[in-house]
Amino acid sequence: MLAKRIIPCLDCDFGVPGGRVVKGIEFKQIRYAGIPWDLAAEYDEQGADELVFLDITASHERRETMAHVIEKTASNVFMPLTVGGGIHSLEDARRAFNAGADKVSVNTAALKNHELVNELARRFGSQACMVAIDAKRRYVQREDAAREIIETKEGKCWFECSFYGGRKFTGVDALKWAMEVEERGAGEIMLTSMDRDGTKDGFDLELTSAICDRVNIPVIASGGCGLPEHIKDVFKFTDASAALAASIFHYKEYTIRDVKQYLQDNGIHVRL
Amino acid sequence: MIAIIDYGMGNLFSIYNGLRRVYDRPMVIGADNITDMRAAEGVIVPGVGAFDDCILNLEPFSEALIEVVESGVPVLGICIGMQVLFDASEEGNEKGWGLIPGEVVRLPANVRVPHMGWNNLHLQRDSELLDGITDDDYFYFVHSYYCVPRDDDATVATVDYGLELAAVVNKENVYGVQFHPEKSSKKGLQVLSNFVGVCK
Repeated sequence: MLAKRIIPCLDCDFGVPGGRVVKGIEFKQIRYAGIPWDLAAEYDEQGADELVFLDITASHERRETMAHVIEKTASNVFMPLTVGGGIHSLEDARRAFNAGADKVSVNTAALKNHELVNELARRFGSQACMVAIDAKRRYVQREDAAREIIETKEGKCWFECSFYGGRKFTGVDALKWAMEVEERGAGEIMLTSMDRDGTKDGFDLELTSAICDRVNIPVIASGGCGLPEHIKDVFKFTDASAALAASIFHYKEYTIRDVKQYLQDNGIHVRL
Repeated sequence: MIAIIDYGMGNLFSIYNGLRRVYDRPMVIGADNITDMRAAEGVIVPGVGAFDDCILNLEPFSEALIEVVESGVPVLGICIGMQVLFDASEEGNEKGWGLIPGEVVRLPANVRVPHMGWNNLHLQRDSELLDGITDDDYFYFVHSYYCVPRDDDATVATVDYGLELAAVVNKENVYGVQFHPEKSSKKGLQVLSNFVGVCK
């Protein structure tokens, strides 16, 4: 039986020589959690099912460092690796794959040029083409035929796609965009709730369900995970295939093995 | 020497690295050194991409490969590299190699496609390729089509994804795995190591 996947996300600053995993921002100072490939090896040991490297670097020198980090990781850790954050073209994707990545994740570039999803899928296969969707709730008073309106506990809303790392909004309906990227050949969706991201209040189950109901490709739930219970809930109440989390693993509050054991004890099928 | 065929469809980084962990002499065979394949004790056909692209890109290697198979050298197809061992696929129009009788068909509409993630095997019969592997061991799968061998005996292990589908096949010296051993952590490396054992 297919196991639900637990995916630690490594937010990486590739502007630092060798690259660093970013632990969080306190007093406007970035704190580093460690060397990417060391953390990757540690998560492998703990039983992570996949790894996502998210490039949060602002500088342009990042490409070489990213390739080096992926190469070092892929030669030591034998599980699927996804690179996201800095992929804007087929050339960027090719660089990531040549370094040993198995999938690339695109958000901004795909929203600016929808055809990029088709091109990635055609050139590298759907399995390698992940689309990241960052969605934010927009509450409405009445029905709107142009939007996919969802009835939530807090009222009727639609979901708007954001890009540029959550700094800008597109007006694009996230539920419609999810269906469109599947049509265009995406093999997987990484869905982040902008309302929950960073809150540790748990995943947006209503958003996750709404997307899972509309597509037939796997969906990775992200944004808001603060407790093992949150992961249990997203698997219990939605059809998400995987859960992504960063801080609860980086801060060593829980190991991946702890979380998986808890999930198994609660009737969720995981690889232990 | 164990050969890894590079037919230009994806990077061989992972499979090369994985094999290197358990074996010290992998050799990448590309269009410019096909003749070296004749000295191989084993051949790996990695897999990324669509069925027809795979068959067409493998065309330059087919003569040497058939010769190698007929001489009894073990061949391991991975993922789409397993699917091309069969007669035909719903995904494309090209003829498969027909080394294992059967067809490749699309996963049904009632499950999420691709079948992506870690799934455990159900062993159906003994095979050296799965030495030390049990029903509790998980492997990383990612595929939208699956193999249906004509002879039940070709199926070494199945996997449950709504239906029981072939995960590991074998006929004489020809082996195929639907999962990616090079992405399946320690147990995946164990399977690669077993294949090295088969080649000796």
